Amino acid sequence: MREVFGARGPSRVAEGLRAYRLIAGMWIRSTLAYRASFVLTVCGNLLLTGLDFVAILLMFSQVDALGGWTLPEVAFLYGLSVTAFGTAQLAFGSVASLGGRVRDGSFDTLLVRPAPVLAQVAADRFALRRLGRGVQGAAVLGWALVAVDVDWTVAKALLIPVTLVSGAVIFGSLFVAGGAFQFLAQDAAEVQNAFTYGGTTLLQYPPTVFGRDLVRGVTFVLPLAFVNWVPAAYVLGRPYPLGLPAGAAFAAPLVAAVCGALAGTVWRAGLRSYRSTGS
Amino acid sequence: MADAFIELDHVEKVFDVRRRTGFLKRERRRVRAVDALSFTVARGEMVGYIGPNGAGKSTTIKMLTGILTPSGGRLRVAGIDPSRERTRLAHHMGVVFGQRTTLWWDLPLIDSYRLMHRMYRIPDARYRENLDRLVALLDLGDLLDVPVRQLSLGQRMRGDIAAALLHDPQVLYLDEPTIGLDVVSKTRVRRFLRELNAERGTTVLLTTHDLQDIEQLCSRVMVIDHGRLMYDGPLAGLHEAGESERTLVVDLEREWPPIDAPAPARVVRVEGPRQWLAFPASRSAAPLVAWIAERYPLADLSVREPDIEAVIARMYAERAGRAVP
Ligand SMILES: Nc1ncnc2c1ncn2[C@@H]1O[C@H](COP(=O)(O)OP(=O)(O)OP(=O)(O)O)[C@@H](O)[C@H]1O
Ligand SMILES: [Mg+2]
Repeated sequence: MREVFGARGPSRVAEGLRAYRLIAGMWIRSTLAYRASFVLTVCGNLLLTGLDFVAILLMFSQVDALGGWTLPEVAFLYGLSVTAFGTAQLAFGSVASLGGRVRDGSFDTLLVRPAPVLAQVAADRFALRRLGRGVQGAAVLGWALVAVDVDWTVAKALLIPVTLVSGAVIFGSLFVAGGAFQFLAQDAAEVQNAFTYGGTTLLQYPPTVFGRDLVRGVTFVLPLAFVNWVPAAYVLGRPYPLGLPAGAAFAAPLVAAVCGALAGTVWRAGLRSYRSTGS
Repeated sequence: MADAFIELDHVEKVFDVRRRTGFLKRERRRVRAVDALSFTVARGEMVGYIGPNGAGKSTTIKMLTGILTPSGGRLRVAGIDPSRERTRLAHHMGVVFGQRTTLWWDLPLIDSYRLMHRMYRIPDARYRENLDRLVALLDLGDLLDVPVRQLSLGQRMRGDIAAALLHDPQVLYLDEPTIGLDVVSKTRVRRFLRELNAERGTTVLLTTHDLQDIEQLCSRVMVIDHGRLMYDGPLAGLHEAGESERTLVVDLEREWPPIDAPAPARVVRVEGPRQWLAFPASRSAAPLVAWIAERYPLADLSVREPDIEAVIARMYAERAGRAVP
């Protein structure tokens, strides 16, 4: 105890990751205590979230192309979006339930523990069953990578993991910023869902099927386009939406970093505005 | 004041409260929950912190623990500004909220303890020693594998107290720790706290509405109301501060009209041949007894010491500007 008091502690990020690991670990252990029920819920999650892709398959049983994109190409979009979203949701999905804790004042108890609050909120009730979505997305992505007609280059190959990580960070930022908003409006979870779940559904379809204004909003205001539309256009050799400049696909990590920084700022502002409850 | 462990210097907390007064109409009001509050608590003290509902007790504790940031003034605990260095301070304090648990609701009690072991970086040997001791003292042995949500209120409270002490905090804040406990649990918790303070020198700040907690535990009591400190001193001193009265209970040989006692003594109640007379606690009962014995057929009598509850009720009421009964 004295060591922590006297010495300057490890950086906050390391502290946060450590706390996250400890709390998530506890929830995972408790989930795995009922192994059969865990396997069932993961499978259920996998099937349920897979329905989105079934919808796409059904559409392609009627048409050959969607907005000019073939099935493997749309599957590529789908895989990138759902894998990134699944990862972000696994890591930060619990932040969405912050409003309830703020309203009933149980958020107080997180503030008296020696760990960064965001890590505690994000790891709370860590739900390993959410793995289903990411696994399902990754499977579709795997198939799409084999099925698309692409001249692979090193840059294109490298862009895939970079995009996945960037996409996860962009969605994660959305979860965190949306959670921070619940410090002000405790019932804002619905609004947040519209952006996160709505966003990932939107991104499962090519930009060419949407109106220009929507695409503009999804590129410049809420930069979800960098989760898959822009990098996928580069990989597939298609024109960028909105005629973005040539290097746009490689800006994804930059966009993700800016999103992460903004989300951090919004979170801190939200946390500062927290004023507990009267009892 | 060299050894002041908790220091408050003109600390304030103002809440902006918005209230709906009609469709789309809102009224803003500022609630001064804590108002220029100054006090210090030395290391190892055990202090009772009391006051009527809404006095600002919980708000003070929330500022001391870093949950809330003061709107003004200076606040230090172990030299640390709680709201700025919340996580650093967390290693040195334990908190028990009677109203809500700090334990993980859906998991067995022992899981919460294991997690705290790691989170607070408690050395293994120390953790095992503390856990064994707390489990024995608070009688938690059969509860460790029970999910927290299945514990009764008193069981959960004991579980929470143990959780707050696993990491050997230097200070323990208790916000209504005996709320809803039965007599046996209360006694156990009080004995435990007394020993903790005596043997480990843990500083304890305790809010409660049960004055027996204070009587049995705290040599010092602070009374606040409307966010301001009304009294700070030994419990016994409250009697004087509260201008309390003792009661002389007189049994006459038969029913009689109210005794016409000399002021300031006065009859407050008559029930058959028995009459109750109130007189200032600072005066001797002897002259009054003699005076009555001379004029009335006295059968028996007894003197009742002022009831601390009544003293404090009177104090609260005076502050609220209501008439004193
Ligand atoms: N989060 C908050 N937002 C707005 N007002 C608050 C908040 N917390 C407390 N208050 C107000 O501040 C005042 C003091 O409240 P506090 O909870 O500190 O009282 P208390 O002394 O703990 O009372 P009790 O004995 O009822 O627990 C009350 O008027 C309360 O309405
Ligand atoms: Mg209170």
